[in-house]
Amino acid sequence: MKSMIKQGVQPVVSHCRDEGDGRRPWSLLDKVLLGLTPRQYLEQAIRNPFNWILGAIFAVGLPLIAYRFLFGLSAVTHSSYDYPWGLFLAFGLFAMVPLSASGFMLGTTVEIFGRHDFAPIERLALLNGLLGYLFAVIYLLVDLGQPWRLPYPMVVAFGPAAVLFLVAWHVATYLSVQVAEVSVSFFEFMGWAGGKRFIRRIAVGLTVAGIILSTLHQGALGALFTYAPGKVHPLWYSAAFQWIHFFCSAIPGGLCMVIAVSTVVKKTMAWRCDGTFLDNLDRCTIGLAKGASMGLVTYLTIKLIGVAHDNEWVYLTTGWGAWFLFELAVGVVLPLALFAWAIHHQRVGLVRLAAFITIFGVVLNRINTALIAFNWQLYREIPHIFEVLICLTIFAIYVVVYRFILYRLPILFTWKAVESEVPEAVAETVRPVRAGGSVPAASAVYRAID
Amino acid sequence: MSGISRRRFLAASLAGCAATTLCGTQKALAAGSFTGYPEGMGVLVDMTRCIGCRSCEAACNREQNLPAPAKPFDDLSVFDETFHGGTQKRRPDENAYTVVNRYEPPGGKPVYRKVQCNHCNEPACLSSCFVNAYTKTQEGAVVYNSKICVGCRNCMIACPFNIPGYSYSSAFDPVVKKCIFCHETRLKNGRPPACVEICPQQALTFGKRRELIKIAHQRIHNEPGRYVDHLYGEKELGGTSWMYLSSAPFEQVGFDVAVQNEPIIANVKDFLSTVPMVLAIWPAMFTGFHLLAKRRGGHGHDDDHGGDHAASHGEEGGQS
Repeated sequence: MKSMIKQGVQPVVSHCRDEGDGRRPWSLLDKVLLGLTPRQYLEQAIRNPFNWILGAIFAVGLPLIAYRFLFGLSAVTHSSYDYPWGLFLAFGLFAMVPLSASGFMLGTTVEIFGRHDFAPIERLALLNGLLGYLFAVIYLLVDLGQPWRLPYPMVVAFGPAAVLFLVAWHVATYLSVQVAEVSVSFFEFMGWAGGKRFIRRIAVGLTVAGIILSTLHQGALGALFTYAPGKVHPLWYSAAFQWIHFFCSAIPGGLCMVIAVSTVVKKTMAWRCDGTFLDNLDRCTIGLAKGASMGLVTYLTIKLIGVAHDNEWVYLTTGWGAWFLFELAVGVVLPLALFAWAIHHQRVGLVRLAAFITIFGVVLNRINTALIAFNWQLYREIPHIFEVLICLTIFAIYVVVYRFILYRLPILFTWKAVESEVPEAVAETVRPVRAGGSVPAASAVYRAID
Repeated sequence: MSGISRRRFLAASLAGCAATTLCGTQKALAAGSFTGYPEGMGVLVDMTRCIGCRSCEAACNREQNLPAPAKPFDDLSVFDETFHGGTQKRRPDENAYTVVNRYEPPGGKPVYRKVQCNHCNEPACLSSCFVNAYTKTQEGAVVYNSKICVGCRNCMIACPFNIPGYSYSSAFDPVVKKCIFCHETRLKNGRPPACVEICPQQALTFGKRRELIKIAHQRIHNEPGRYVDHLYGEKELGGTSWMYLSSAPFEQVGFDVAVQNEPIIANVKDFLSTVPMVLAIWPAMFTGFHLLAKRRGGHGHDDDHGGDHAASHGEEGGQS
């Protein structure tokens, strides 16, 4: 795409072509093809080496997924009775969901606490939340014995005393909430002003619903393991605090995922970002890192309280203890120290590195709880190679969908209003201008298109 | 305050109330403890009598129409089979609802332990199931409804005895496979399960659970040298319908003696109780934060919060 722009192609940012010949509107196909001709689009797609890597993954992985659905789980997993939850859930569900806490975190920051200085990154955080959940559900569908029965806990049979019942309901409702939150960008893209106005009106309600649902199901994913007191190693198990451990680590997990994704975006698709996003990114990153640090330090504290509460100090001297301390040292203490130093010295690059390490820490914690330290008294289960490949393939699909949306919907850039929308937009902007002389350009522009 | 806020507040309160009512039922189902149906049946396994003939395995296989095993039931070499680097003995799976394993406790003769679903009074599989596929029947069996099972396998995670198996090899109708106490064919009509009926050694005693507890303690009392003074399953995990007597310490013959005496659902109740509280309190709390974070226009309370001022004023401007 970068070379296309060099040739003079302008990516779509509004409903109309910005040409001399009198505002010819883009068709939907034009918008989807980013304003390129089909030929140009194909050319740039083929030129991108990353697409070749994705293609290679799909060539192996997609047949494997078909194989799994045609011949059952035993075709691609070890079909373990002792480890009924394998990598699909350990990575796909238990690790993807905390990394998707970004949606409700930034929603709260901007909509509830009114910190509109974080607005330039809010949409990315919302999208990250939506896609993370969506793909967690897709991983779940691959893992379920009878995926076509997924709606059963909603309509056919209810087990309301089960933690998984809460997870199912909350993930389903939260997915709908996130679709509504992200739909603002879609309505802008389609030019449906009415839909956008409606969502804006219920934004606070949606955000509060998001906080409730996130608190409960992030916690519920942890509470699921309290069903298995003898199976999860005591250091990763805490009957009293498991759900708070999971909820609390989701906060730095979600925030750092936004930092990580925005880093990748800045490196690989800067052409798609507008000034508002790029100029505010470093400042927002530091802000997110401050939030993540607070989450991490709280998490570290309550993890240690968990060890103290159940008097598990003696386990720290065992091999399991060393692995537990490694998880905490590398996944929590190291990023915490890096964040502290980097925030103090305003070193954004280091903040980004620390964010990637935090993500590693959160993922390691979930895989430890669900797989490695699970059945600690039995034996270790090494996932089947097909299971690993399917996990990788679904992650690649996630990346493709993520990129597809970022290229098109106004997540990283501001959709330019056309005449018909202008009066409305102006009416909204007038008041902020009255409010203070020190309006930062970025957020004013953002409000204008809101 | 504007009308919109009031309406929003009312709507939020209503939603909160509705949610609390809804969760009231959840709480009620989760609360209280259940110690089994008074007339529930059970089986007492006296491991001192078992000779490891495997006829119970054969009877189960026949009764439940399970596929023929790789080795015939009179082949005793299965006792030497180990799995996963020699750490694991045989376990029940999709093709066998019960297995007998041999243990050699130090300084004693071999002990044979029959493994099958213990039919807990308050089963972990049942409480973890989000579609309520499991039922504890009045007769004492824990049965499973394959028609509504989604296949999440949370029951296998939750079962403290690692009992449920899953027919992973089936692509279109995989289901959980476990001992159902011969509920449909026998227990419902007051008959003992197939394994009990066939046992040549009377190692398995079928009867009302509360009677079996008395019988077991009587046996320990009468022959203190023969038995360890413990009835496994009387208290473990809230009590199980199948209970065990042993000559060797239970940890030497494959039992997990570290299990809790409370049923598994006790571990989850704390979390479940926070759910209605979060649903009820969060809406008001965060809507309140939102109202507090919005500044009233024109009062000049400008402090040092920098850039967000103008924008938050803008937000308010849109509503007042």
